[in-house]
Amino acid sequence: MDWLAVVMHGTLAGGGYALFAIGLSLAYGVMRLVNIAHGDFIVLAAYIALVIAVASGLHPLLALPIVAAIMFGLGYLLQRTVLNRVLGPDILPPLLVTFGLAIILQNGLLEVFSADARVLPAGTLATDSVSLGGGLAVGLLPLATFMTAVACTLGLSWLFRYTRLGVAFRATSDDPHTAQLVGIKDKHIYALAMGIAFAVMAVGGVFMGMRASFTPDLGPSYLIYSFEAVVIGGVGSIWGTLAGAILLGVAQGVGYSFGPGWGILTGHIVFLLVLLFRPAGLFSRSQP
Amino acid sequence: MLEVNELHVFYGDFQALFGIDFRIEAGQTVSIIGANGAGKSTFLKTLCGQLRPRSGSILFEGRPIDDRPPSTIAGLGISMVPEGRRLFPSLSVEENILSGRFSGRNGPWTLERVYRLFPALQLHRNAPAMTLSGGQQQMAAIGRALMANPRLLICDEISLGLAPAVIKDIYAALPQLLQEGVALILVEQDVNTALSVSDYAYCFMHGRVSLQGQPGTLSKTEISDAYFGIQ
Repeated sequence: MDWLAVVMHGTLAGGGYALFAIGLSLAYGVMRLVNIAHGDFIVLAAYIALVIAVASGLHPLLALPIVAAIMFGLGYLLQRTVLNRVLGPDILPPLLVTFGLAIILQNGLLEVFSADARVLPAGTLATDSVSLGGGLAVGLLPLATFMTAVACTLGLSWLFRYTRLGVAFRATSDDPHTAQLVGIKDKHIYALAMGIAFAVMAVGGVFMGMRASFTPDLGPSYLIYSFEAVVIGGVGSIWGTLAGAILLGVAQGVGYSFGPGWGILTGHIVFLLVLLFRPAGLFSRSQP
Repeated sequence: MLEVNELHVFYGDFQALFGIDFRIEAGQTVSIIGANGAGKSTFLKTLCGQLRPRSGSILFEGRPIDDRPPSTIAGLGISMVPEGRRLFPSLSVEENILSGRFSGRNGPWTLERVYRLFPALQLHRNAPAMTLSGGQQQMAAIGRALMANPRLLICDEISLGLAPAVIKDIYAALPQLLQEGVALILVEQDVNTALSVSDYAYCFMHGRVSLQGQPGTLSKTEISDAYFGIQ
């Protein structure tokens, strides 16, 4: 077995998981909100991209900015009109509401698009590969996915560290009451955070949709991958989420090299081991 | 500048404030003293919009503010130095101070002026806020409130847990704050420190104003009775 190739492909697959997970990590980091419909919104983004690509003939990558803008608006409005009302000391109401949204989305998508598997028409991008020398080659699309994940992580980490909005995100995450006292409009900040999370989910949905076929019922599994990446990496750390996603991808890659049934299972096992031995995650800034 | 009439505040069924009347004018320093549980913090939280009164009115520069959220009230010019400093741990010292700018108010206070007032902060400007000493954290919290260019500055227990020399430094900075006609509310358990710099004082007990007047006109026995109750 060629371990280098396994690790390489696993790492690139991790890029896709990172694009799924960043939004979850961001929403949890800023407002302690776990969005159970997270995966379903990723699927929704893929369908939105499909509609735009089919209607306009645009390549999915060119449609992506439109999809991201739509998803940003959707995330902002969802937070502003629904989720802000259920945020509070009790963690159950947001879970219930987003669980309900997940059911609505899955059934709504099923109604509109049927259960047929669809794929975003990516042309040669889906099949081209890049030779890395030494007999090692990787697909162009997985490579682009991975680099986009790194770029998103870099961008968000820059936004958090150096911008006024990032200061507002960190302050609100630290202490929402004091943040309001200094004049930060927390509801607006939360809505912006959810908007950005949704925009990144759109990126994840479009790249996923070019690489593999999708159906309306895939959301829950995307949620699980996202959740695992966030927990493995350590809650509240964007770079930790990228690292967690890569580890998840590599673990699955190693599993697949044993047999087709082992990939997903190995990923779950690694997740459980991390929960068991490092419950705060591997790269968390604050170990309990 | 600020006029509070017949303020009644509840936590659920528990009544914390019983008909508080309170006034402060521009350039004035007014202290609120009282024991733990007298209702001082409840009163401040209501002024800042963190609690809604059940009845009564709060007028700030003629406008009712009792139904406004805290972020709006901050934008109108009421800044709070909260009890326990409440700096943001994820922010550097300078980011904490600059966070006062979120109120969106322009005015005489700049980062440079805060650093002139508290030079110790400039040395640690890029350090995480929680690495500062208690006194420096208090200075940063005051600096953060000043960056909002307040018309009314509220300081909740700013001397709590600090060494006497540090308290002296912080109180020495207060007169400079009042130059632009800012009004200052000092809430303290340390009665003497508070009264020595105040134009007027209110003493709270069990959610009511038990005594008020100019500090010079209040005798030690009166204050003691109003603070602890008549024994």
